[in-house]
Amino acid sequence: MAGPMRIRAANSDGVTEVRVLMSHPMETGQRRDSSGEPIPAHYITELTAKHGDKVVLTAYMGPSVSTNPYLAFKFNGGAAGDTVQVSWADNKGESRTDEVQIR
Amino acid sequence: MNIQRRDSLKAGGGLGVFGLLVAAGMIKPGTAMAARDQAAFSATTLDEAFKAMGAGAPAESGEVTIVGPDIAENGAVVPVGVTSSLAKVEQIAIMIEKNPNMLAATFTLPEGTLAEVQTRVKMGQTSDVFAVVKADGKFYMAKKEIKVTLGGCGG
Repeated sequence: MAGPMRIRAANSDGVTEVRVLMSHPMETGQRRDSSGEPIPAHYITELTAKHGDKVVLTAYMGPSVSTNPYLAFKFNGGAAGDTVQVSWADNKGESRTDEVQIR
Repeated sequence: MNIQRRDSLKAGGGLGVFGLLVAAGMIKPGTAMAARDQAAFSATTLDEAFKAMGAGAPAESGEVTIVGPDIAENGAVVPVGVTSSLAKVEQIAIMIEKNPNMLAATFTLPEGTLAEVQTRVKMGQTSDVFAVVKADGKFYMAKKEIKVTLGGCGG
């Protein structure tokens, strides 16, 4: 099962940098297990990041993204103490939302 | 953001049937995927992916930069970043030419988000990596070859 995301959000000179490390197998569907059966694809398809109520990033991913995906981006604005919320959903319908306060 | 997506879907409408076929055959549609451009993600060639995004043939631009290693020792985790000095960047896509699923990720950037994203991708073999940037309604791209000494797929 997917564990919590590790999120860091830090503001410097009016720009907030957000770094997210998700915990997810990101199985491509191309691999086979030891008995030769294909391992079903299981990967994050969609991710949304919000600063307060405002969406600051929408990402769509394919299976080419690495296991335990890492993502970093920056947006203008944000102040220490504001909340940044990140949610993802995968192709099996699982989803997860975590939030962090900007430092 | 949804309006932009709709535009790009419209432009890629020619591939709609292809997308449906793939969606029906390979990947079960889920609610979370409703807004995802399936045709672009199931594209197996560069041209298909460009078309599905509505990009046509993007112009190579010096204002789009791919940040990544020249040689990746481990293809399972290749750090790739895209930055652009273009104004009004709306969308960034990362594609890996020789992967079975070329399109690794697309990022939709609302106003106020900088054209600077970084992630990690898998690479099965040495390949050209493409960054496609949509800025002010036009598409631009950059290309960088990343050599892989140990593949990330197959395992």
